[in-house]
Amino acid sequence: MLKRPHYIALGLVVLLTLVILNLPSQTSARFKLGIGSLFLPLFGLAGSSQQLAGTMGDTVVSRRELLRLNDELRRENQQLRLQAMQAQETASENARLRQLVGWQRQTSWKLKLAKVVLREPANWWRTVQIDLGSRDGLRVNLPVLTTDGLVGRISSVSLTRSQVVLLGDPNCKVSARVENEAHDTGVIGASGPLDTEFVGLGYLSRNANLKPAQNVVTSGEGGIFPPGIPIGKVVDVQAVDFGLRTQARVRLAANLNALEEVWVMFP
Amino acid sequence: MNWLNTAFVLGAAFLAVFWEASFSGVRHLVGAQVDLLPPLMVYAALCTGLTTVALLALCGGLWFDSLSANPLGVTVFPLFAIGLAIYLKRDLILRDQTFAQLVLGMGASAAAPALTLLLLLTMGHTPLLGWGTLWQFVVLTVGGAIATPICFELFGWLERVLVHRPATESSFRPDREIRRGRL
Repeated sequence: MLKRPHYIALGLVVLLTLVILNLPSQTSARFKLGIGSLFLPLFGLAGSSQQLAGTMGDTVVSRRELLRLNDELRRENQQLRLQAMQAQETASENARLRQLVGWQRQTSWKLKLAKVVLREPANWWRTVQIDLGSRDGLRVNLPVLTTDGLVGRISSVSLTRSQVVLLGDPNCKVSARVENEAHDTGVIGASGPLDTEFVGLGYLSRNANLKPAQNVVTSGEGGIFPPGIPIGKVVDVQAVDFGLRTQARVRLAANLNALEEVWVMFP
Repeated sequence: MNWLNTAFVLGAAFLAVFWEASFSGVRHLVGAQVDLLPPLMVYAALCTGLTTVALLALCGGLWFDSLSANPLGVTVFPLFAIGLAIYLKRDLILRDQTFAQLVLGMGASAAAPALTLLLLLTMGHTPLLGWGTLWQFVVLTVGGAIATPICFELFGWLERVLVHRPATESSFRPDREIRRGRL
């Protein structure tokens, strides 16, 4: 049976929980950041231990291996330089054509590299935290990507850290376009709790002509993600809601399980 | 030295939350991250006082939610409810038996996420749920069950090493001392 101290403890905890849960969203976010900042010394400790392990690893790599890697990187660098020259040429041609047609000039992506410092401890959300915050110019809803493709968007920002809600989370919906003749457009939504590689592409018209291996990119609608960022490739297609709509499964281009560093895109 | 035990439990909860957010090896291996707060709550409910249970629920829950996308405070009540339920029945539980610890850890690790999800759904949030959630529950339950006896062992060892043991009564009685004379 419950005794008086039990009632008091239960009442206090319930009261505190209700007060915290009903705080205004801004105050709650501030509290969250304040409490989260208690972990900052541990971040530093984890970072330095990783750095130490890296330094120790560096000392055991042989000179021959380093020379081979250097050679490989030099070749890759040369190839990329050539590709960049071609891309620059194409970009200037594109700009001239846009000017002739009277279209708005495309702005180039401004990117900032961030390191993933924490992952979501709960199993029912899909988020990570990065080591850039408002002091680095980050704000809510900026797109986050890797060199392979789109990863998600910034969902909350503190001074030194930001939370990124990843593709597949119910709170990260992206308007996407399939690179086919019809340019079918749909919405990337939530995936299954265990499917980190796949996401669903829904709200496609029933006449959508999707085929496996077609590329899926951001459509630019919605105002958050600029058009043309790769999302993934179509894996399979099925009719849903008694054939009224089509839904596709998309294999993500970016590996969300192995995120170490990501790029935050500034418009 | 009850406060020292409370400090150990809270310190362990802090490190457990950081571990859950920093190291995702278990998640990559089995598809779900093991939650270490319910096993800690089982230990706190069986071996410490109600204040420690309430503090663990409050601090552990807030630390967990601060690193998660959960609304702040949503994990506090499920943890406290589990702790209180075990605390009220702790006189009937064979707390030193590994099997009892295992079963309690299993129950607590299944109940904590279920209650949290229930609260989230009641509050109108849409967490990531599906058939895979059942597998995640299995992982959480088994992981929590394994972690609970380890928690007991760890805290038992810490207590043996760092806490003064109560002095045992000596068999020496001054009134029975044989006083020898000069010869």
